[in-house]
Amino acid sequence: MDAATETMKHTPLYDAHVGAGARMVPFAGYQMPVQYTGVMGEHNHCRDHAGLFDVSHMGQAWVRGDKATEAFEALVPGDLQVLKPGRQKYSLLMTKDGGIIDDLMISRPTDDGLFIVVNGACKAGDFDHIAAHLPAGVTLEILTDRALVALQGPEAVDVLKSHIPAVADMVFMDARALEGFDTDVIVSRSGYTGMDGFEISVPAAEAPRIWATLLQDERVQPIGLGARDSLRLEAGLPLYGHDIDATTSPVEAGLKFAVSKSRRERADFPGAERVLREWAEGPSRVRVGLKITAGAPAREGVEVVDTAGTAVGHVTSGGFGPTVGGAIAMAYVKPSCAEPGTRLKALVRGRESEAEVVAMPFVPASFVR
Amino acid sequence: MKFTKDHEWVQLDDNVATVGITKHAAEQLGDVVYVELPDIGRTYGAGDAFAVVESVKAASDVYVPFAGQSVAKNDTLADSPHTVNEDPEGAGWFAKFTVSDASALDEMMDRAAYDAYLETL
Repeated sequence: MDAATETMKHTPLYDAHVGAGARMVPFAGYQMPVQYTGVMGEHNHCRDHAGLFDVSHMGQAWVRGDKATEAFEALVPGDLQVLKPGRQKYSLLMTKDGGIIDDLMISRPTDDGLFIVVNGACKAGDFDHIAAHLPAGVTLEILTDRALVALQGPEAVDVLKSHIPAVADMVFMDARALEGFDTDVIVSRSGYTGMDGFEISVPAAEAPRIWATLLQDERVQPIGLGARDSLRLEAGLPLYGHDIDATTSPVEAGLKFAVSKSRRERADFPGAERVLREWAEGPSRVRVGLKITAGAPAREGVEVVDTAGTAVGHVTSGGFGPTVGGAIAMAYVKPSCAEPGTRLKALVRGRESEAEVVAMPFVPASFVR
Repeated sequence: MKFTKDHEWVQLDDNVATVGITKHAAEQLGDVVYVELPDIGRTYGAGDAFAVVESVKAASDVYVPFAGQSVAKNDTLADSPHTVNEDPEGAGWFAKFTVSDASALDEMMDRAAYDAYLETL
């Protein structure tokens, strides 16, 4: 074990993963399970039944205070005034230049405060950024004593409602503070797979018991980071640090839905100048889906050229999509090449793979609305 | 059959060596979804990468452990890359090479030595 591995943090579920024979890898500063039995099998099980994910490396926090809504709105392009108690919104922490510091979920599980969930690899910087921008009277309470698990897939609701009956009444992007598993939980009906499912924040000390309880259900299998990535890729969902970063704008990234109309009209969010200019005039590059129709899978960093051989962009994430049954990728390309049906080529190790621009998601979403 | 520390196997028949990846390597890779094979007639030095095997997780180079020239490739892997998982040390072979100097194989591990090596990982 090298020094870097020794300093890796563990989630409250580390022992459960090791006990289950998971292959552990460093990810976002944590030792995380990349697979338990195999990426393909885990992917397919989650698509057909229910998959349980440890996402405790992600950052959880409450933002509270009389002016919490206004204060947090100053950091994101979403309208939080209209976010009702019991609802959740996907949003973006923005740079002043219109780039993306991180993507996050913002919800009101109770009548008091905003509950936020940010990416594990970004959380230290995110929390510093947020804390530095909150005025007196608005507090950021970082929750280091909670774990986060996701239960995803078509059978997730039937599994979870036997433990927390109230979840059956929730719809996509609902979020509630509830009693469940004999403790307090914060449940949202959302996830990172493009399927129906839930993310459940639980006290860290209770996490191993809740994890084991859910796995006792024969419909549920644990899912590692490998299948988490193939599922989100098929769902067309961007991965921060790969498909979106501080240089990409929401317009380029195809995340215009995260920019509320009211905020656009007020032009009062960080990076509004660039975002509104690209909105009106069109961006210089856009995130698209690629289906690799012949040749090797195209992974991150691979150059994309048009049929004449002219460089038009590059792949930001890619691999094999088990449900698609072939290689897929996300890429940033020139807008002139972004229309679905456009034929392109990906240069993989000096050879050309045939690619076609396709609409995302690659696999249709199955949310319960 | 001889083995390398990079988990390739080599089977020498007369002057032609068949090369593939070991059962251990296939298990570590997980589900193989694509195999890129060498062009026929290409000359390789000992330790050169001659193929790429891609699983759901990642792409990995495969090395030829001796100097030689490629004379055949397993085209069935194009349509059924999963053969590498099902029969890695048989039907899942990658390519065949003429061997410039067969003594290069003398330094490679036999089955018992390779199994002992796996125990140390």
